Amino acid sequence: MRGYLGKTLTIAAVLAMSAGIARAEGSVEVLHWWTSGGEAAALNVLKQDLQKEGIGWKDMPVAGGGGEQAMTVLRARVTAGDPPTAVQMLGYDIQDWAKQGVLANLDDIAAKDGWDKVVPAALQKFSKYDGHWIAVPVDVHSTNWVWANKKLLDGLGIAQPKTWDDFVAALQKVKDAGKIPLAMGGQPWQEATMFDGVVLSVGGPDFYKKAFIDLDPATLGGPQMVEAFKRMDQLKGFVDPNFSGRDWNLATAMVIKGDAAFQMMGDWAKGEFLRANMKPGVDFMCFRTPGTEGDVTFNSDQFVMFKVGKDQQAAQNAMAEAVMSPSFQSSFNVVKGSVPARTDVPDTAFDDCGKMAMAQLKQANDKGTLLGSMAHGHANPAAVKNAIYDVVTANFNGDYDAERAAKELVKAVALAQ
Amino acid sequence: MARETALDLRTRLQEWIPKLVLAPSVAVMLVFVYGFILFTAFLSFTDSKILPSYGLVGWHNYWRLFQLPTWSLAIENLAIFAALYIVICSVIGLTLAILLDQKIRGEGMLRPIYLYPMALSFIVTGTAWKWLLDPGIGLEHTLHLWGWTSFHFAWIKESDFAIYTVVIAAVWQTSGFVMAMFLAGLRGIDNEILKAAQMDGASNWNLYRRIIIPQLRPAFLSAFVILSHLAVKSYDLVVALTGGGPGRATELPATFMYSYTFTRNEMGVGAASAVIMLMTIAAIMVPYLYAELKEPK
Repeated sequence: MRGYLGKTLTIAAVLAMSAGIARAEGSVEVLHWWTSGGEAAALNVLKQDLQKEGIGWKDMPVAGGGGEQAMTVLRARVTAGDPPTAVQMLGYDIQDWAKQGVLANLDDIAAKDGWDKVVPAALQKFSKYDGHWIAVPVDVHSTNWVWANKKLLDGLGIAQPKTWDDFVAALQKVKDAGKIPLAMGGQPWQEATMFDGVVLSVGGPDFYKKAFIDLDPATLGGPQMVEAFKRMDQLKGFVDPNFSGRDWNLATAMVIKGDAAFQMMGDWAKGEFLRANMKPGVDFMCFRTPGTEGDVTFNSDQFVMFKVGKDQQAAQNAMAEAVMSPSFQSSFNVVKGSVPARTDVPDTAFDDCGKMAMAQLKQANDKGTLLGSMAHGHANPAAVKNAIYDVVTANFNGDYDAERAAKELVKAVALAQ
Repeated sequence: MARETALDLRTRLQEWIPKLVLAPSVAVMLVFVYGFILFTAFLSFTDSKILPSYGLVGWHNYWRLFQLPTWSLAIENLAIFAALYIVICSVIGLTLAILLDQKIRGEGMLRPIYLYPMALSFIVTGTAWKWLLDPGIGLEHTLHLWGWTSFHFAWIKESDFAIYTVVIAAVWQTSGFVMAMFLAGLRGIDNEILKAAQMDGASNWNLYRRIIIPQLRPAFLSAFVILSHLAVKSYDLVVALTGGGPGRATELPATFMYSYTFTRNEMGVGAASAVIMLMTIAAIMVPYLYAELKEPK
């Protein structure tokens, strides 16, 4: 009898629960490419936050670093008239999709929670289209970083380089000691990531903005750009002969193992150091590309909200709010290695590099030197970005010298617009 | 009378059933192959960017396509790759086939060994050769460990030579298949002719040069058509082997088309390059089909 009662009770409870879920806000379907260990763990935070509110999570991961495959899947879904609730996206892709008129409008929640005040203006440029909120930023990465193996540098008596000349001298010193000065992966996007920092180091934020954001032909082909390509040539002299085609995390591993001294890479590299049980400031160093202190070239992952049926809107709005909540922004970014996309989140949970990055982000936002990263599609649309990649990689692989590269850059950008 | 109509119905049914059964697949093919070819050709004249759009821009996409240095490079690479790939594959395939055709023992074992690479996908071949050719872990590294420290082979890392590594991997993959085709051709040659020639005192060399190889013409043609379309559409091998690098040095039209259509959001230019590729294949296939279909009459 008890067994029977127990069973009926269980069944009743299950029924009640499933009814409860159905009655609550429904579920969200999320398309993303955060499939690697750390990233998946970070995303799990959001999943749990939503489950607490009774919102189901339909995971739709499409593996592939830059999200190329994910975008192909998205095209098919949107063309078929069945878009997912939210899609992870970067930079100008968001605006390109917004132009197609398939995105939702988040203005009401944005006004209610005051997003306008807390999200850096440079990020809003991507989260808004035509003045309306269409996406929620999840994190802010930046690209003008240098990562270094502290033990190796201490052993050679090298201090943290402050200027470009210091940096070159330090690289030379490592080379003379028979180690690899610069760990590098020869893939176009990695070379372009380095180029972000180099361009900023040559001409500062004004030059960067004029060249990559305004795409001014005179600046793109000017003497400062030639100088930037010359610095790339300089750096080329410090990589090992086997660099081409190497993945970025293998290059990071070279620094972790102490085979190489420096790597110029975005702050996703930090995750690799932390996973190798290295401590910032003790085992490895993080500092801005010499000559770019105070400036930040960022890229930001955002969840773009697509137009969905009325029955799913409540769940979509709840997800947008959950993503923007300070507690989620903090816990997600601590795990991911990036910094929060709002400036009012306390930095207590972050490590030293993270604290530094948060302070610099705030400072750059106030000074107006928070600039979109060219290499990661936050300075110009995909067509132009890739045209610049073509030239940067041709220069770095020795096909163009600095003067020719600057000329080709003007041509390539003009053709891609 | 009644029986006659029944028969009539039956023969009519027999006539109709094959057509009925084939109709769906024909319709599907019409839409999904030829329909989309036309759609792609149409897109190449539009301003499509991230999704198809229908503003006509005339020949603008083609004009832009031929201004792009990457496209000229892709065409150049294709010329080098296709020429070497087809010639080397045919030569190796023919040589292997002739050697295997000497009624040697163990042919049954040797043939599949040569044929096996074809069973692998190009992705696997590309990845395996990437590691073999990588100077840091592959051939060069191994020979250095064995003591031959002056050995240097880093083509895959050099812009000017990387395309030849694609040829090496592709030849390794397909030679065995070409061999099988030639072997089938060799087995089809009438022994009587050979015996007659031998009786007339023809040397082995002359036998092959004047009698056997000329008779392999159909095998040569099929090999050429298969190899050339493999060359034009090769995509996966390059992606796995070099990723188009170093830089853009091993970009081929197929990788170009994919990157412009799907990652650079320039669907119009991508479609234009796809049309050019189709034209290239058609230029090879149409004369072949014409020649093949004409003969039986």
